[in-house]
Amino acid sequence: MTHIVQMKGMNKYFGKLHVLKDIDLSVEQGEVVVIIGASGSGKSTLIRCVNGLEEFESGHLEVEGQKLAPKGGNQEALSNIRKEVGMVFQQFNLFPHLTVKKNIMLAPQKVKNTPQTVANATAERLLERVGIGSQADKYPTHLSGGQQQRVAIARALAMEPRLMLFDEPTSALDPEMIGEVLDVMRELAREGMTMMVVTHEMGFAREVADRVIYIHEGQIVEQGKPDDVFDNPQNERTQAFLSRVLAH
Amino acid sequence: MDSQFQFDWQAAIDSIPFLIKGIPYTLMISFGGLMIGFALGILFGLLSINKKWFLRWPATAYIEIFRGTPILVQVLFIFYGLPDLIGGPIDPLTAGIAAIALNSGAYISEVVRGGVQSIDKGQSEAGLSLGLSRTQTFWSIIWPQAFRRMIPPLGNQAIVSIKDTSLFSVIGVGELVRQGQVYIASTFTAFEVYFVVAIMYLAITLSLSLILRLIERRGLASV
Repeated sequence: MTHIVQMKGMNKYFGKLHVLKDIDLSVEQGEVVVIIGASGSGKSTLIRCVNGLEEFESGHLEVEGQKLAPKGGNQEALSNIRKEVGMVFQQFNLFPHLTVKKNIMLAPQKVKNTPQTVANATAERLLERVGIGSQADKYPTHLSGGQQQRVAIARALAMEPRLMLFDEPTSALDPEMIGEVLDVMRELAREGMTMMVVTHEMGFAREVADRVIYIHEGQIVEQGKPDDVFDNPQNERTQAFLSRVLAH
Repeated sequence: MDSQFQFDWQAAIDSIPFLIKGIPYTLMISFGGLMIGFALGILFGLLSINKKWFLRWPATAYIEIFRGTPILVQVLFIFYGLPDLIGGPIDPLTAGIAAIALNSGAYISEVVRGGVQSIDKGQSEAGLSLGLSRTQTFWSIIWPQAFRRMIPPLGNQAIVSIKDTSLFSVIGVGELVRQGQVYIASTFTAFEVYFVVAIMYLAITLSLSLILRLIERRGLASV
């Protein structure tokens, strides 16, 4: 198995606040890792370190064989990593001044110098794939939240990433739209995409994850197969968390 | 003292051909100055939010100095003061354009800064996460959105600067107010002439407002 992400003894501070504590974590190719935990536990920060949106203070982080140095060092590795790692955000972060199709075409054209006709064809294919082929020429604000998030997924896929990061991709959605986004993610997982997903959707985690990681106050306190973690959590903090979120 | 004053329409109409000669100067100073001011505003506005202090401080100093002193003092300094330094006269038109450029540049810097800072951090994170460089992220994602938000305050600044050019009568540029003063010196019809001058400013600023409103409507339609 090839490691796509490898973290060893990684530490991250926001000022004096120690948000990630000695994180050891590796993700294999094709693996779907779902990270759960209370808000403020550091789970979003953890995946934001993978593509350098957050810097870390000490430890070791390697993505796709590229070594990221602490404190934002090694800019070259960082830019290589970002070309290989796609990210989907809670707030979609689509570009409101560009049409849906242009949102998807921008990065391949700017970063990989993909010819316009090729980028255009890729965008149309990806929009079909996420089920919104007919919305290509609309502006993002004219789409529903669920559609916007599917565009955001297509936008990330246009760069043909080797790893996809999902930072609470359904938390800003109306309940009736969560399913359509999870369907796209489920499909991606089935096709073998390596994924790191921060989510509160426990049903999705149980169904799609190869491994579930529970983070508490910046520490990985438990990880394992979803059935083991959900049905038979070993750590009392995991038990307390799961009883809270699964109770309703 | 009882006033028997009556508005002399004929005097007002007669003054128009002479006053109208001032309009090209008013427009040249305002728009010439504003164009340079816009370039300065982009430059210093972006420098003022740079992470590096040695870029940020000079930009902030420029903005504070030209926002914090009256434009009348600035133009007097440029026209009467600078020649001592550079050892030769500066023509009034150049001095006027320079004053509008430097002054509006300081205000436009703040407009640029505000516009850029108003764009959600998620936008640059999305750009960076897609592999775009910081420069690419800025110019293809942040700037186009920031610019749209800057249109109303830029229009506001343009109107302020057009009116500011009226102060440059003191250095003898033949703009609208100066033309009025010269005309009144021989006809003594101050009321009528300044009335016409005011109408002419209004005609310029109202047309600009109208154009800006059209641009704004078109620009915002897609967002």
